[in-house]
Amino acid sequence: MNKIASAFTNGKAFIPFITCGDPDLATTAACVRVAAKSGASLIELGIPFSDPTAEGPVIQGANLRALTGGVTTDKVFDLVRELRADVTIPMVFMTYANVVFSYGAERFISTCADVGIDGIILPDLPYEEKEEFQPICTKHGVALISLIAPTSENRIAMIAREAEGFIYVVSSLGVTGTRSEITTDLASIVKVIRENTDTPCAIGFGISTPEQAAKMAGIADGAIVGSAIIKIIERCGRDAAGPVGEYVKSMTDALK
Amino acid sequence: MTNPNGRFGIHGGQYIPETLMNAVIELEEAYNHYKNDPEFNRELTALFNDYAGRPSRLYYAEKMTKGLGSAKIYLKREDLNHTGAHKINNVLGQALLAKKMGKTRLIAETGAGQHGVATATAAALMGMECVVFMGKEDTERQALNVYRMRLLGAQVIPVTTGTATLKDAVSEAMREWTSRIADTHYCLGSVMGPHPFPTIVRDFQAVISKEIKEQILEKEGRLPDAVLACVGGGSNAIGSFYHFIGDEGVALIGCEAAGRGVDTFETAATIATGKLGIFHGMKSYFCQDKYGQIAPVYSISAGLDYPGIGPEHAHLHDIGRAQYVPITDDEAVNAFEYLARTEGIIPAIESAHAVAHAMKIAPQMGKDKIIVITVSGRGDKDCAAIARYRGEDLHE
Repeated sequence: MNKIASAFTNGKAFIPFITCGDPDLATTAACVRVAAKSGASLIELGIPFSDPTAEGPVIQGANLRALTGGVTTDKVFDLVRELRADVTIPMVFMTYANVVFSYGAERFISTCADVGIDGIILPDLPYEEKEEFQPICTKHGVALISLIAPTSENRIAMIAREAEGFIYVVSSLGVTGTRSEITTDLASIVKVIRENTDTPCAIGFGISTPEQAAKMAGIADGAIVGSAIIKIIERCGRDAAGPVGEYVKSMTDALK
Repeated sequence: MTNPNGRFGIHGGQYIPETLMNAVIELEEAYNHYKNDPEFNRELTALFNDYAGRPSRLYYAEKMTKGLGSAKIYLKREDLNHTGAHKINNVLGQALLAKKMGKTRLIAETGAGQHGVATATAAALMGMECVVFMGKEDTERQALNVYRMRLLGAQVIPVTTGTATLKDAVSEAMREWTSRIADTHYCLGSVMGPHPFPTIVRDFQAVISKEIKEQILEKEGRLPDAVLACVGGGSNAIGSFYHFIGDEGVALIGCEAAGRGVDTFETAATIATGKLGIFHGMKSYFCQDKYGQIAPVYSISAGLDYPGIGPEHAHLHDIGRAQYVPITDDEAVNAFEYLARTEGIIPAIESAHAVAHAMKIAPQMGKDKIIVITVSGRGDKDCAAIARYRGEDLHE
């Protein structure tokens, strides 16, 4: 069993997203550790990309700050190696197809397995293109995580049946970023997913408050939060770990 | 040339967010239906001929030919189209298709502004809403085109992310499309992006080579020895090449923007300096660093200032059917001035890249040879920038 399943066995999962190297890798390491201690079930680590087309302005800014600070794929692998000394919860990468492709898919994915990365999320790799990396992911036991969107409709069953790790349910149209309201009929989407797979599903895009997280986790198996955390890191810089820990605790408390 | 899965050899594909997948599938189904629909084709031909002014002329550039002592040079005058460039061919096709699909709003990216102006024009004609994304740097170097788009009723959104040029405008248009799909068609301006865009745009631009073939056979009774066109994403080039791909005797030459030179970081020559990657929905060649971060490219030409190339060009390069050559800013500016003085034709600075390469090869080719250069657009938009390049303090 892929380790990711363990994130969903103890109640609803809270999944924070952190862009590696924003504003530097030491801060990322501190935030990951405090998030794990504050009850996060799984951590999504962003490898920065120059042109993140699925991101709104907040995470675009984090990508830019990290790249300006000199973060590379190799340095992110080093960070994960160091974190694995004491962080035991599942961790997955979220990045773009070209970051994996240019590193060499075999080399990238085997290094993921080697350093202790349990899955990868690539928002620009839909079902039709997953053969690009799926065989290599399967070979190394790294889950290639599928996304399902409000527009997926007739595609939900097809995607869910082959999903592994967990399913990332995109809550809303558009790019990442906090939203005051989520209007998609997510319960209907999750219903179709559950008719087709036992793979757990977590909802992301637009979630920032404990109330929203509780509501989303009521529909699915977990909630993913990115931009709200990146905003804290943007505001607090190298002192972000404390406030990130408090925020993660408020969110995990809301899911209990 | 397109495989069923939207591939050109290993290139192409659909590397886009799940949110957009049903939109591109719907587009492909609609396109496959309408491309064979007589009524659609009748309407499109009427727009091409009566509105855009097609067929565009194939002009024998006699002074240039004699001045260079070279192969016989013909200019395919896409600059004479309504709105001043080849971009209108694709836009009329896509806007008509979008309208048939029930869409009421067009969004587009633009570099030099020609595609934005063409989209704004088609939107005005067809009574559709129009939003154009344009890199902030480009809105400054092409201020006149920004005004033209606004005059035509479009909203122009300056993009400040990344390098604030064409690639960032594409990214922002893609982001906008994921947020509003139901009533909106993304009118992509080049033979790039996810399938089916590279095929749709090529088919609408292929009218260029269809006409060149008919016109040169009428004038010369034979096919040309070479067809030259500038390449950014590559829409005027694929349009100029398409009906000659099967004619092995016709050399197909794409002219990339080398900027300050392919041995500098200030270049946009993708075939010369890029490597295989996945970006903006497609697998193709891209200017990028060793970790796959997309390079901040540079060219004097806003329309060629893009770090990638369309997947069909990447494939034509792989199989050796087309050749891609880098042309520097200096060479393009010289050609811009040369064509103005010699033939009284001011080409777009993009098109001047193709003229520059013709000036290099035509004198080597023998006077019995024939080459066709596609003048993809007119150069009025570039006059202020070229004046500044030459040290004149001219602002629009």
